[in-house]
Amino acid sequence: MSRIADTFARLRAEKRRGFIPFITAGDPTPDATRALIVELARAGATLIELGVPFSDPMADGPVIQRASERALRNGVGIAEVLAVIADARRETDVPIVLFSYYNPLLQFGAERLCAEARRAGVDGMLVTDLAPEEATEFAATLRAHELDLIFLVAPTSTDERLRRIAERASGFIYAVSRAGVTGVQSRSSAEAGQLVGRVRAVTELPVAVGFGISTREQVADVWRYADAAVVGSAIVAEMEKRGDAPDLVAHIGGFARGLLPP
Amino acid sequence: MPENFLTQPDEQGHWGVYGGRYVPETLMAPLEELNAAYAAVRDDETFQGEYAALLRDFSGRPTPLHYAARLSALAGGARIFLKREDLSHTGSHKINNALGQVLLARRMGKRRIIAETGAGQHGVATATVCALFGLQCVVYMGAEDVRRQRLNVFRMELLGAEVREVQAGARTLKDAINEALRDWVTNVADTYYLLGSALGPHPYPLMVRDFQSVIGREARAQFVEREAGRLPDALVACVGGGSNSIGLFHPFLGDAGVRMIGVEAGGSGDKLGEHAARFNVRGGGRPGVLQGTMSYVLQDERGQIAATHSISAGLDYPSIGPEHAFLHDVGRVEYVAASDADALAAFRTLSEQEGIIPALESAHAVAYALKLARELKPEQTLLVNLSGRGDKDVQSVADAPRPENATDRAHGETVGGVELP
Repeated sequence: MSRIADTFARLRAEKRRGFIPFITAGDPTPDATRALIVELARAGATLIELGVPFSDPMADGPVIQRASERALRNGVGIAEVLAVIADARRETDVPIVLFSYYNPLLQFGAERLCAEARRAGVDGMLVTDLAPEEATEFAATLRAHELDLIFLVAPTSTDERLRRIAERASGFIYAVSRAGVTGVQSRSSAEAGQLVGRVRAVTELPVAVGFGISTREQVADVWRYADAAVVGSAIVAEMEKRGDAPDLVAHIGGFARGLLPP
Repeated sequence: MPENFLTQPDEQGHWGVYGGRYVPETLMAPLEELNAAYAAVRDDETFQGEYAALLRDFSGRPTPLHYAARLSALAGGARIFLKREDLSHTGSHKINNALGQVLLARRMGKRRIIAETGAGQHGVATATVCALFGLQCVVYMGAEDVRRQRLNVFRMELLGAEVREVQAGARTLKDAINEALRDWVTNVADTYYLLGSALGPHPYPLMVRDFQSVIGREARAQFVEREAGRLPDALVACVGGGSNSIGLFHPFLGDAGVRMIGVEAGGSGDKLGEHAARFNVRGGGRPGVLQGTMSYVLQDERGQIAATHSISAGLDYPSIGPEHAFLHDVGRVEYVAASDADALAAFRTLSEQEGIIPALESAHAVAYALKLARELKPEQTLLVNLSGRGDKDVQSVADAPRPENATDRAHGETVGGVELP
């Protein structure tokens, strides 16, 4: 059983729900990312999504676009991201999923990427612009290295697509709460609950909900129907506000704790 | 072999390994819906009849085939013919695609149209057709392109479109497409994304090529009639995303004796960032995935998309339509580059010799055609797609230093250089 599957199985057994923070690797620095992984795990993260920066993040709103730009200016690519994870692994065994676009992964080479990612302690990957139709080879390489391939589902996904995706997914399913790019939204989406219901009808895999989840109330709302809530832009925006302040890591740890319902 | 060119793409939009659909899941079902809607009209007589009538009555087709006598004499080799897409309504070939896709959007019940634009020609064409049909129109345009194609921004606004300036990245066409995709993913329920080139996820490269193929079909018939049944020896067209070139080339792909040359933007140099020549392998072009499709992409060693440069906004893009990538690899089409200086020189030459002011994009094709004509024999013929007119570029050309020693050049081993049977 993978570390991701294991983690969700434990949550279910304990009748608890999960919290998945997202940060962009290398923002503001690789050192900060390493410390943040450890701190977010301590703060109660079920799993951490680590964004691998890409120059053209078409599924991301302005907050994560800017974080990617900062990380790229720091010269952070896949090799640097993996080094940070390998470092963090000495202090935490929280599951880590790489969240990226296909081109940088493809150019690194799927085989080399999976071998090195596995060695560094990565548990899975989510590739925003790689739907199951184009993922056959990449999925096989991940499987061969015992890495989970996480797929997105969206309110626009037909039931037939949900079935097709569930057949190929492992670890968990990431449900996009609404049609749109990543970013903070003040209201919860009613669509998300319906989508999770449709996903449950085709798979036993755990379901996490993300995109636009930014407050404790929204996390609590998602916990009513899904296995986990993903918070990305709200955390990244908070980091942007603090810049490279010396207490950044502690502050973000506190911010993350504040997102967890009692 | 020819039928191999014509039976592509497959059901999922692949030409060999190129093409496909690399988009977030939110767009996958809408793309399937678009594909189904397009498949339903592709052979539908009512739809095609309506489209043909608009091309004739609104856009002014067929566009003329012009024999460029003085230009040919100047080159001193093959006779040069120009397919006058610049005489289309709105001043470029872009209207062919905009009319076709808006008809499709209407069939799909979409009332809001979004588009990206580089030089502004596609934006103007889209705004025009939206005005014709009373549809809401939003056009994304990079801030750098807004600056250098100011006239087209004004035209779009006159036509009732909202032009949204994009400040991200290099603030050119690629960044405009990113923003248009973000808009589409957010408003997909009521919005139709009218992509302007033979790029992006399936079915766009197929659909845009089909709507632009009217160029090649007309040109072929006009040429055959004029030249007593003969076909041109070579076709030349500029390639940004690749819609005017694929529109000209596609109906000739089965004609083994016709050479085809796509002219990319050689910009100001050969180093990554100085040009937009995707098949320039030493200059950073290699297969990759950008904006929904697999094709040749200008990128750094880490797969980050590179900045590009061209004097022509319409060619200033780091990737190329997937069908071109395929035609390059199988050797059916040759790809070369013309520099900024070459294009500027050709811009002036065509204006002076033929009384036709070309778009800077099309001037790249003219530049290479002049070089190729010199290499061919006087009894041979060469057909150039004059994809757009140059009114929009007059200011840029006036501001550019007058070129000295402009040379035509092709980028070394990346030029196909195929011997055709």
